[in-house]
Amino acid sequence: MTGLTEELKLGLDAPICLTWELTYACNLACVHCLSSSGRRDSRELSTAEAKALIDQMAAMQVFYVNIGGGEPMLRPDFFELVGYATSKGVGVKFSTNGSRLTPQRAVELAAMDYLDIQISLDGADAATNDAVRGAGSFQTAVAAMDALADAQFGPFKISVVVTRHNIPQLDAFKNLADGYGAELRLTRLRPAGRGADTWTELHPLADQQVTLYHWLLAHPDVLTGDSFFHLNALGDDPLPGLNLCGAGRVVCLVDPIGDVYACPFVLHDEFKAGNVRATGGFEEIWRHCDLFTDLRQPQSAGACASCGQFDACQGGCMAAKFFTGLPLDGPDPECVAGHGETSLASVTPGALPASTSNHSKPVAVSLGPTR
Amino acid sequence: MARLEPEKGWQLHPRVGLRPEPFGALAYHFDNRRLNFLRSPELVALVRALPEHRTPRGAFDACGIEPRRWPSFERALHALADSGFLIPTTAENLPALETEHASQEGIVF
Ligand code: SF4
Ligand code: SF4
Repeated sequence: MTGLTEELKLGLDAPICLTWELTYACNLACVHCLSSSGRRDSRELSTAEAKALIDQMAAMQVFYVNIGGGEPMLRPDFFELVGYATSKGVGVKFSTNGSRLTPQRAVELAAMDYLDIQISLDGADAATNDAVRGAGSFQTAVAAMDALADAQFGPFKISVVVTRHNIPQLDAFKNLADGYGAELRLTRLRPAGRGADTWTELHPLADQQVTLYHWLLAHPDVLTGDSFFHLNALGDDPLPGLNLCGAGRVVCLVDPIGDVYACPFVLHDEFKAGNVRATGGFEEIWRHCDLFTDLRQPQSAGACASCGQFDACQGGCMAAKFFTGLPLDGPDPECVAGHGETSLASVTPGALPASTSNHSKPVAVSLGPTR
Repeated sequence: MARLEPEKGWQLHPRVGLRPEPFGALAYHFDNRRLNFLRSPELVALVRALPEHRTPRGAFDACGIEPRRWPSFERALHALADSGFLIPTTAENLPALETEHASQEGIVF
């Protein structure tokens, strides 16, 4: 596999994992929202521009696009765009909080081909979930899942951001998914967007990371979006996946206004590669922009070079380092060898990168009880 | 999913997309949502040539692959058949493909 990883680091002709956030509008205000969503941006791509982007994806043979937001179903042309993409052979996986997934919508979705749905849920019970995603959001997600099951949509996915508070619920999440015939997908909490403000209180503790690593090894059918490779330094058995930071190499993000970023978790000017409205569009950016060309160069291991685990963990996640103020060529803030904590201690709070993309609604969000 | 039987004709599953890449090609299975890497241009040419031949070895010959290298290409084809990316050509031989988790071979994001 190592040879392949090396080749993937040089970049691909088209992304494997292309995320497209359709809108910054959202009816919820999750405290860890990676895109600080809430308000719609008036510069949002029009239906025609969105279709032109889909045409370009089809021409590049992008196999599927991960649609998110914000809440993508809030876009009035949501069904039109999903139908357009799948008719062009671009599969769609979309993530939703479920609030617009009525029984009638579920029936429509079940009739579509090349379509995957991820329901976001961050607690296996209302108390744990709603502390992060807002009051009533657990019930909303359950109603949406019931609607999908009733419509016989087939195996949808339940998508969970792993936090300090829901790690004790891993088995409960699995049972919930099994009960629906759904697949469970666990992803890593990154300090991106509003997540930068809540990461310190929400990210898993060191002992919980060990629990998570062993749980994932015991449940190879649980999907992870390749997001926990920093845990590979915990043992000899690597978690399934590509084991690399794919930013600009196999992964990228198109945001609602057409800005292209290296990955969904780096919505910051520093990682902005261009805009799909420019000449040459998305294809030109993916293949030739300076930022992605740089990211495809061999990266230095920096302070990780002296650690025997670099091959296993690759120094972790670039976004996690950037937003916690750590050097990009050093240990991850959640480095399982504990080097992240040491580095974090020397970061002055004022030195953290300021947000350059924030669509939060002007309301205060508060966290539930902390461990 | 099916074992690759050398006496049968094989072809890509109709719901598999193949995209050329510098290292060979990326294959995506729209049914089981798995991704596979075809790690040499020769393997890509071979997979594309399969349906025109009665057996895989016929395709090896036609693609100019030397017999000493056949075992390694056979292994690659086995892996693709295991994960549902290759299917027997004859319609009545079509195995019931599992739609999810056809195999742990491919990668899912
Ligand atoms: S020091 Fe770097 S390579 Fe070693 S475990 Fe920590 S993050 Fe991974
Ligand atoms: S920056 Fe982090 S989240 Fe983004 S691709 Fe790299 S490892 Fe993944």
